[in-house]
Amino acid sequence: MVKLEVKIPQKREDLPITPLSVPMIGSMGKTGEWRTFKPVIDYSKCTRCLFCWIFCPEGCIERQEDDSPKIDYEYCKGCGICANECPAKAITMKREEED
Amino acid sequence: MAKVIIDTANHIAAYAAKAARVQVVAAYPITPQTTVVEKIAEFVESGEMDADYIRVESEHSAMAACVGAEAAGVRAFTATSAHGLALMHEVLHWAAGSRLPIVMAVINRAMGAPWSIWPDYSDSLSQRDTGWLQFYCADNQEVFDTIIQAYKICEDKRVLLPAMVCSEGFILSHTAMPVKIPDQEEIDDFLPPYEPGWVLDVDNPFSHAPLVSPEWYMEFRYMIQQAMENSKKIIEEVDKEYGERFGFRHGGLVDRYRCEDAELVLVTMGTMGAEAKISVDNLRQEGYKVGLARVRAFRPFPKEVFRELAETARMFTAIDRHVSFGFEGFLFSEIKASLYPRQITADPPLISGFLAGIGGRDVTFRDIEKIAKKSWNWMEKGKIEKEIVWWKLRD
Repeated sequence: MVKLEVKIPQKREDLPITPLSVPMIGSMGKTGEWRTFKPVIDYSKCTRCLFCWIFCPEGCIERQEDDSPKIDYEYCKGCGICANECPAKAITMKREEED
Repeated sequence: MAKVIIDTANHIAAYAAKAARVQVVAAYPITPQTTVVEKIAEFVESGEMDADYIRVESEHSAMAACVGAEAAGVRAFTATSAHGLALMHEVLHWAAGSRLPIVMAVINRAMGAPWSIWPDYSDSLSQRDTGWLQFYCADNQEVFDTIIQAYKICEDKRVLLPAMVCSEGFILSHTAMPVKIPDQEEIDDFLPPYEPGWVLDVDNPFSHAPLVSPEWYMEFRYMIQQAMENSKKIIEEVDKEYGERFGFRHGGLVDRYRCEDAELVLVTMGTMGAEAKISVDNLRQEGYKVGLARVRAFRPFPKEVFRELAETARMFTAIDRHVSFGFEGFLFSEIKASLYPRQITADPPLISGFLAGIGGRDVTFRDIEKIAKKSWNWMEKGKIEKEIVWWKLRD
């Protein structure tokens, strides 16, 4: 059986017979750069229901000690699902250049 | 003790899956499925075969289940035919690209439209470029032996690719013939349990065949091509070893029959190859120096064998049971492509192409004798009078 080690291939001999990928952060680079709209949380409205944390398809929302969500903007692609799901309407999508 | 049973190629394929100790069988049980999986269901139900039998909702899912099973480290098998194989097409690429040595019995039937249930190779030859090895069988014994051999070939670390073992619908699938089934212990000795190169494991999570950028994709394709090239040697080795152990040799890549001094070499596959042996014997009695090259492995294509045959043969005649629309028969194309590097340097043999048996039209040894005599006549004249002949095409 192959021993899995994360190795960046330099030449063809370094490649496994079939591409295998192990779970790690950001294997495809900083996907946050793809974003057009950025979700911004208004913590004064947030009820800590964690819908956003559950629905985020990319696992980019971190559940903090006090159950408040924190968005990882390095990898958030800006899909807007969190804003759509938030029952308290505490997340708004803002154009990147508006900041 | 080895035993001889009399049964159809469908059932024989099931016996072979059992003898290969296949652990997972995934199958869609409705038309165009064959009795291959029906027989396996009986084996599993009666406890004769220790395998998980997964009834899926389509052939696409059947192949996906086989991919999952092999990725989890077990030996998988399925069978299909015609439109079922076409529906699998996408996942065939996934199986080969993931380097999973699945073996599948393909019962060749002509593709619709118009609807047909009779044999030709339009189903499996349409899957030519999926990265699967393709074997074509001439009788039921060869179906059994080739399935066992295919696991040995495909699971070899120098290969690790899937294979189709093809047999023509009705001509073999529904014809009972005597087949020698070797002793299970001897088969186990020849084909040890599958040792996967990697296994999906929840405690050591990873995914296989993820997105690969243009920076590296080509290298993975190159490795498949290398594996195909490696398999040529292994097919020959396994054929030899199987023959030594069990007494049956089918010819490795190409079953060559009376080719040593042949001036005209007939080239075909499957049962037309079995039929052509009778034609060769009859023609030899009449004084024609004719031989037969029955292609067993269409992928990898044994170009080296044809280059070797071209050293002595004056002419090749391809008899194809399938046409690539807009061009010609597959064997006809492949022989010419294989010999081209030779043709520009030496005295090239003539090559003619006949399309025969399409949609299950009967091709007897008499037909093949007529095809051979027509070709012989052209060889004597030094000129192919008709590039592609549709044999017995109605006016």
